Amino acid sequence: MASPTPLQLRCCAASGCRSAGSEALQAALLAARDQLGGAAEAVTIKPVGCLRLCGRGPLVALDRSGGDGQEPSAGSTELYAELTPEQAPALLAAATGLGDELAAQRLDPAHPFFALQKAVVLEGCGVVNPESIDDALAHGSYAQLKRVLLECTPEQVRDQVKRSGLRGRGGAGYPTGLKWDTVALQPPGPRTVVCNADEGDPGAFMDRSVLESDPHRLIEGMAIAAYAVGADQGYVYVRAEYPLAIERLRLALKQARAKGLLGAGIAGSSFNLRLEVRVGAGAYVCGEETALLASIQGQRGTPRPRPPFPAQVGLWGAPTLINNVETLASIPVILREGGDWYAAIGTEGSKGTKVFALSGAVANTGLVEVPMGTSLRTVVQTIGGGVPGADGPNGGVKAVQTGGPSGGCIPAHLLDTPVDYESLRDLGSMMGSGGLVVMGETTSMPEVARHFMRFSVNESCGKCVPCRAGTVQLAQMLDRFVERRASLADLERLEALCRMVGATSLCGLGQAAPNPVLSTLRYFRQEYQAACREPGQCEPPDACLLQEVTP
Amino acid sequence: MIAPPSAQSPPSAPSPPQAELPAQAVERTTRLIRQHRGRADALIEVLHQVQELYGYLPPGALAQVARELKLPLSRVHGVASFYHLFRLEAPTAHRCAVCLGTACFVKGGGELAARIEQRLGLRLDDAAGNGTWALEHVSCLGACGQAPVLVVDGRLEPRLPMDDPEALDRRLSALGLTAGADAADAPGGAS
Repeated sequence: MASPTPLQLRCCAASGCRSAGSEALQAALLAARDQLGGAAEAVTIKPVGCLRLCGRGPLVALDRSGGDGQEPSAGSTELYAELTPEQAPALLAAATGLGDELAAQRLDPAHPFFALQKAVVLEGCGVVNPESIDDALAHGSYAQLKRVLLECTPEQVRDQVKRSGLRGRGGAGYPTGLKWDTVALQPPGPRTVVCNADEGDPGAFMDRSVLESDPHRLIEGMAIAAYAVGADQGYVYVRAEYPLAIERLRLALKQARAKGLLGAGIAGSSFNLRLEVRVGAGAYVCGEETALLASIQGQRGTPRPRPPFPAQVGLWGAPTLINNVETLASIPVILREGGDWYAAIGTEGSKGTKVFALSGAVANTGLVEVPMGTSLRTVVQTIGGGVPGADGPNGGVKAVQTGGPSGGCIPAHLLDTPVDYESLRDLGSMMGSGGLVVMGETTSMPEVARHFMRFSVNESCGKCVPCRAGTVQLAQMLDRFVERRASLADLERLEALCRMVGATSLCGLGQAAPNPVLSTLRYFRQEYQAACREPGQCEPPDACLLQEVTP
Repeated sequence: MIAPPSAQSPPSAPSPPQAELPAQAVERTTRLIRQHRGRADALIEVLHQVQELYGYLPPGALAQVARELKLPLSRVHGVASFYHLFRLEAPTAHRCAVCLGTACFVKGGGELAARIEQRLGLRLDDAAGNGTWALEHVSCLGACGQAPVLVVDGRLEPRLPMDDPEALDRRLSALGLTAGADAADAPGGAS
């Protein structure tokens, strides 16, 4: 363990704050520390991952006598927002108690945005230096991998994961332990683990944050998964749009290999694992598991029918375990605290915590981790602070979009819905990977639907006709509504085609592509009707006005 | 992501596609294919690196990759044309990408794209752009907390002020997003 440091500045170095100038800020802090000398010299300045409130970066956390940073909350921690390099001396002065010029930029740690979060997957995020394996080790990384390799059988590991009730965080929510069993119980032979880090849903940046903030947690989770299913090779498939995540992951893999935590005979055991990064090239469909496997093998990312599932026939024909970043990053904590501990968080059907990326028309944008079952209202209004400048019972929120182009829009009057897999599905949306985009009163729902449909047109791989041609037709129909030249017959055709594309497409992209249309039709039908040339024809006029939002 | 154009290849006019490839780049390509031990599953990685070399994937380079990875040219071309990030045409000297992901869309990404189209006199997703600049859309950069965002020559520009047209114009001018003639900093700018 590192020796206690009385004062520590943790500078966010994730890509959100970096784009707002955190690198220059950190350089200015280092320079100012050298220049000021005296008390300032005792201040540790450390780059860390995401400090959550991305919308107000660059962020710096100041720990007072918090020990070695193991638990920054043990001491006192202050968080400063929107800092400029010129303010570096003032920040050091605030740290050493010589001034308080920056009081206006200090955030209240008791604000619900911070107070209501529960860090499980993100416990190291914003605490460890993502580029230092020594710091990660000091914070407990790889301890569970070593323990598991020495003390547990693969069956025992899988048993803990099953007890935890963890479900896939990529969106579909398949029970993780069950998937691991399926792979492990295939006939003897080689197996592969794959981490799906092709986080393509617009509005989602949870996986990017984990990769940029705490890459060793993911590597540890993958290594444990590989041990549990008997794999000796693995791939992390990252989208090319995340250059910093790729850079840090590659560095972390190199460091782990150098420490003997990857490779042959890991930590003195007989377990071997070779991990590689594969970078995508900008194809949303590669988030679909069979398309992802094709892409890893250097081919066009087109999906294939299932079964056989990748758990049976995957990479190069071998059984392959595919899990999402957040799923794998949950594994080390589950093994440390036990499956039952994890299962005690959340709801009956959805255990544990979920990381959300909160963005759109909301005051506090950023990364939020809350227990499953937390209501959307808590996340959007209490944590997110509602729409800036708006008030009223729903804080100016018109709808919340969840699940990206495969999900739907949940209207404000249903904000009390608990966030779990089943509740969101019942509302015609889905959990998806965790992007929550808040829409204010001025957002037009047919336009939102068209926005997503154009996305699907662009990203359809072209292999099956319903998706390739159907999404184009749907987009053209939505054009008619957006441009106010639709007829009531169009409304019927739109719904019929949505059902057809959903029922007959080959993969999840096409099957879910109509969801944004269907969910906006379900809750905001009046907007589609108002877009018809002769809305008066509507019979009976208010039949479709599902519980209109009344202030 | 969107790499700035490499130093050796910013042509002010699109170069003829069948031009001889520089011997040095051809050699580098051979070397990097060898680093991947000629494995066909490294095709996407190889294409990324070749694109870094030339700024795009010229036909001759695709043929070379096919030959040396022992793959049919159709397979190499199929992969290169499938993925959005591979460019089959020479890029303009400067490039700008506007994010049209959901958060950026809600925060006015569409208007931002229209404003830049107007300023630069070009069309969104037209690879030829105005000869100096090209504007493309991206579907999400994961910088949703900073919406709306742009990428200008490889640099992420957060929080464009959509509610203040004057501030927006100042910001865009500072980024060099100015129509051809008075683009002082664009060396290959049309006169």
